[in-house]
Formats: sequence, structure tokens, C-alpha cells
Amino acid sequence: MPDNAVKKELYPPGDFGVWIIIYVELITFGLFFIGYAFSRRANLEMFNHSQLMLETTSGFINTLFLVTSSYFVVKAVTSIQNLTHDRREEFNKKASKWLLLAMLFGAGFLVNKIFEFSHMFGEGLSLSTNKFFMFYFMLTGFHFMHVLLGTVILFNIFQRTRIHGYTVEDHKGIISGAAYWHMVDFLWIILFPLVYIIR
Amino acid sequence: MKYSSQAVAKPYFIFALILLAGELLFGILMGIQYVYGDFLFPLIPFNVLRMVHVNLLIVLLLFGFMGATYYLVPEEAEHELWSPKLAIITFWVFVVAGVLTILGYLFVPYAELTKLTFNNILPTMGREFLEQPLPTKVGIVIVVLSYVLNTAMTVIKGRKTVITTVLLTGLIGLAVFFLFSFYVPDNLIEDKFFWWFTVHLWVEAVWELILGAILAFVVLKVTGVDREHIDKWLYLIIAMTMVSGILGTGHHFFYMGAPEYWLWIGSISSAVEPLPFFLMILFVFTMSKERKIQHDNEIALTWAKGTAVISFLGAGVWGFMHTLAPVDMYTHGTQLTAAHGHLSFYGAYVMIVFTVISYAMPILRGRPHGNCKAAQKRELIAFWMMNIGMVGLTLALTVAGIMQIMDQRVGTHLVGFMESQASISSVYFVRLGFGLLVFAGLLVYFSSFFVKEDKK
Repeated sequence: MPDNAVKKELYPPGDFGVWIIIYVELITFGLFFIGYAFSRRANLEMFNHSQLMLETTSGFINTLFLVTSSYFVVKAVTSIQNLTHDRREEFNKKASKWLLLAMLFGAGFLVNKIFEFSHMFGEGLSLSTNKFFMFYFMLTGFHFMHVLLGTVILFNIFQRTRIHGYTVEDHKGIISGAAYWHMVDFLWIILFPLVYIIR
Repeated sequence: MKYSSQAVAKPYFIFALILLAGELLFGILMGIQYVYGDFLFPLIPFNVLRMVHVNLLIVLLLFGFMGATYYLVPEEAEHELWSPKLAIITFWVFVVAGVLTILGYLFVPYAELTKLTFNNILPTMGREFLEQPLPTKVGIVIVVLSYVLNTAMTVIKGRKTVITTVLLTGLIGLAVFFLFSFYVPDNLIEDKFFWWFTVHLWVEAVWELILGAILAFVVLKVTGVDREHIDKWLYLIIAMTMVSGILGTGHHFFYMGAPEYWLWIGSISSAVEPLPFFLMILFVFTMSKERKIQHDNEIALTWAKGTAVISFLGAGVWGFMHTLAPVDMYTHGTQLTAAHGHLSFYGAYVMIVFTVISYAMPILRGRPHGNCKAAQKRELIAFWMMNIGMVGLTLALTVAGIMQIMDQRVGTHLVGFMESQASISSVYFVRLGFGLLVFAGLLVYFSSFFVKEDKK
């Protein structure tokens, strides 16, 4: 290899397939966000009034859960990327600890969200209450399912790290899973201010 | 043929093709009735022809899927079929039940048929695609369960591959979702929900898994591309299919008394539905480009490519055309729906049956390298005749649909149904012409089976 040659960096990182899924998800949520924005403009007063009934603190706590969880996933990926052949076991173990924390925070989001949903259902609010709550339940409901799936994906990656399955050459799996988890996090970062805060 | 039990696929394929001929014949008769309203009156009215046409479609596709499964599963599992005898018994039960049902439709008035077949005990009849009398429905359940059992046992005993896992998931879904056809709520809106739980979740969810698995199998065989590579594509395609397809059921719940959120869920999810079909095109063409072997059976790969392209057009493009709620408000139930229905069923399901038959039948007939060049050339002519015919028919129906919409829904001078139909009659002639081309193509296709092999 010539001296000035650099190793070709894989772009986009991870599996190409996961990026197709991510883009499709972003487009789908994007369409819902646009739908929300237009409907809000047409029913400003009702949207603002209904928004006051949301539990912003709970939403904020969930934001912290997801952002922190994403940070732990980054740490897990970095551990794997820094591993060397002789210290494979140690770095996989390190990554598995970070992933466990990430999953716990993901689960924290889910539990908190279930409380929020059950409280709202208890108040008699549902998809059919009005257009605002229709969007609220659809958007947060779909997102909830994504967090659930993301947690399952993290669990699969976690299992792989426990058997020291990732190597310097082959760690596409963890990067793909991390990319998906960041998408889930990213969607919430848009969803939270859009639905809970912006007035 | 690697496993002798694969031979049970042959009668399934042959019968599927015979039913396809019937399917087209009844389609043509209806096409004639569109232009000559009293044709065959009162012998076979339009509603009976239509019922036979759509029911034959379902049955022929089930025969095709079963044939494909019995062919590919032993090869994938590297194990003989669990019970070839059961597969043959199932075949005859299904043939008898299918033929009796069609004869019942043709020769007994439908109201009479409901009385004769115990519809009063458990009312299940009368819904489009699911018109089958109760004994036939029970028969379908038994046939499908034995089919699932035979497949599952073979897979359990042999090698597990992604293709068989996806296929088996599709088959289980097929069996489970058919159960909704036994429940007909009194409430008309609920009734629609349960009806679509069978029809939609079949054709836009679980059948797509079956389609994906069969397509992946044929592509794997004729391109020699690494299995791992194909598996990845298959996962991607089915993941997207399931997510968009299941939520996409919502596009059937527009403006029928269901809550408003279905307008959003249905529109947005079904906007994603064309993507797995687009991925299928990318998949087949990429695999073809990266092929490691030059299989002598070239026409099988041509059918595979055709399946991907026409299903994208029929299910993807023509589906999307009227899937958004604000558009659907004007297009619902017009000939535009018929255009979509024809090209999607043909492209996605009839063509995948052609694909697998094109690959497997020569092997089943002792020609491991495919048919001779002359037969393949004949098949290629049939391929183009049928495809041009179906696309032409679809375009004609699309024009008819647009005229209908302009005449009756959005134009400035709205006219009644019959007046509108009269104004479209010339387009119906064109449609009939393309229908005849498809039928002629099928006859050419049949003749390709009788081309004599080169003596080497």
C-alpha cells in the first residue's frame, strides 16, 4: 500500500439497508409533522388550548432519557471501534455495560410514556377527542413503537457484545443499531417541542 | 430435481394455469358485457361472471403458491417434503371444492346457494372475494392448515433458511387472516373492517411475504449470488412491506363512518407502500447484474424482472395514484380502482406464479437447464404479449376511470351513471382488445410447453 493511501471509510456507516429504513421513517414522520403543522394553522386556538393539557414535565424527562441513552450508545460504539485484537474481550464487555445503561434509559422512556398515556386515557382523552389529540396520540404512539423496537434492537446488540461478537473488521451490526437508535432519539427531539411546547 | 417429493408441485402448477385460462375467459366475457350489455343475458349475468372472475383469481393464486412452496421448501430445507401424500390429497380436495364452488356460482342462483350451503347457520357469504359458501370456506381452512403443517414440518426437520422462514410466516398469516372471513358483524362499518382484515392483510401484507420468498428463491437459483446477500434484501423488503402494509389497511377506511384518524394513517402509510416494490426492482436488477452464473433458463430471470417492474407499476404507482384520502374521495370505486386491481394482482401475484413455473417446470419435466432456446423464445413472445396486454388494459381502465370521475364527480356538468358509461363505451372496446391480447398471450405461453426439445 502506498504511504499516502488511507483506508476507505465506509459511508454511510453501518449497513446500507438500515439507512433506507431510516430515510423512509424520516419521510413518514416528516409527512405527519407537516400534517400537524397545517392542521394547527387551521385550528390555532383549539390546538393551543389542547396543548395545555399535556404533561410537559413528563415529556421533558423523556427527552432526557432518550438523549442520555443515545450518549451511552455512542460510548458503546466508541468502545468497539477502539478495540484491538488482543483486548477484544475487554472492549466488548465495556460496550455491553454502556448498552445495558442505554436500554435501561430506553425502558425508562417507555415506562414514563405508559404512565403518561394511562393518565390521559383516564382523563377521557383519545384519538377521537379532537384533531390535536388525534395527532398527539398518533405521533407519540408511533414513536413509542419505535422506541420499543429500538430497545429490542439494542438488546440484540447487547447479546452480541456479551459473547464478544464484535471485531475490528466486523462491527457493522452495532453501528447500524446505533444509527437506528439515534433516529428514534432525533425524531423525539423534533416531536417534543413541536407537540408539547411550540405555541 | 434434487428431491423426489418436489414433484408434487407439478399438478398444482398445471391446475393453476388451467384456472388462469378460466380467469381470463370470464374476464373477456365481462369485457364483452361492458360493450354489449345483454350479452349472455339471462344465462350468466354480470354479477355472476364477476364473482367467478375474482374467486378464480384467489384460487389460482393459492394453487400457484402451494406449488411454489412444495417445490422450493424441500430444496431449501434440504429435506424431502414431510408428507407428499398429504400434499396430493390436499390437491384433490381443493380441486373438487374449487370446481364445485364455481359450478355452484354458475348454475345455482346465489340466494339459493346461500340456502343450500347453511349460510343461515353461520352467515359468511356475500362479500366480494369472500363469496364462498360455508363448506368451501371450511374446506379452504382445512386445505390451508394441511399446507402450513406440511411446510412447517419440512422446515422443522430440515435446514432453516431466511427464505423458508419468510415463506412460512406468510403462510401462517394467510391462514390466520382468512379466519376473519367467518365473522360478519351486523354493523356495516365493522363489517368492512373485518372484510379488509382478510382481503387487505392478505394481498398487501402476508401475500407479499410469500411473493418475496418465491422471488428470492428463483433469483438465488438463476443468478448464483451469495445467499447472505439475497437474505439481506429480503429482510429489508419484508420489513418495509409489513410496516407500511399493515397500517396501510387504513386506506380502506376512508369516508365510511370510521374515525378521521384513518384518513391520516391510511394516506401516509400507503404512501410508503410502493417503496418495498421499488426495492424489489432494485433487488432483482442488482442481483441480475452481479450474477455469478449464466443460467441457461434465461426466461425465468426475465419473468422475475417483469414481476418486480409490473408489481411496482400496478401495486405501487397505480395504488398510490388514488390512495391519498383527498384524492380517493373522488376516485373511490371507479374504473381507476379496477385498473389498479388488475395490474397489481397480475404484476405481483400472477407473474410470480409464472416466474416460479418458468423456473421449476422445466426441471420437473427433466430439463435441469431449462427449456430449449426455441421454447424460451416462444415464452418470451408470450411474456410481452401478456404484459403489453395487461398494461394496455390498465391504461384503458385508467382513462375510463378518469372519464367517470369527470362525468360524475368533479366535472361541471355531472351526468348519471348509465349516461357516463355510454360515453366511456369506446374505451371499453379498447380494454376488450387488450384483454384479448392477454388471452392470446396465454395461449402462446401454453404452446411453449409443447415445443420439441433440440436433440443434442
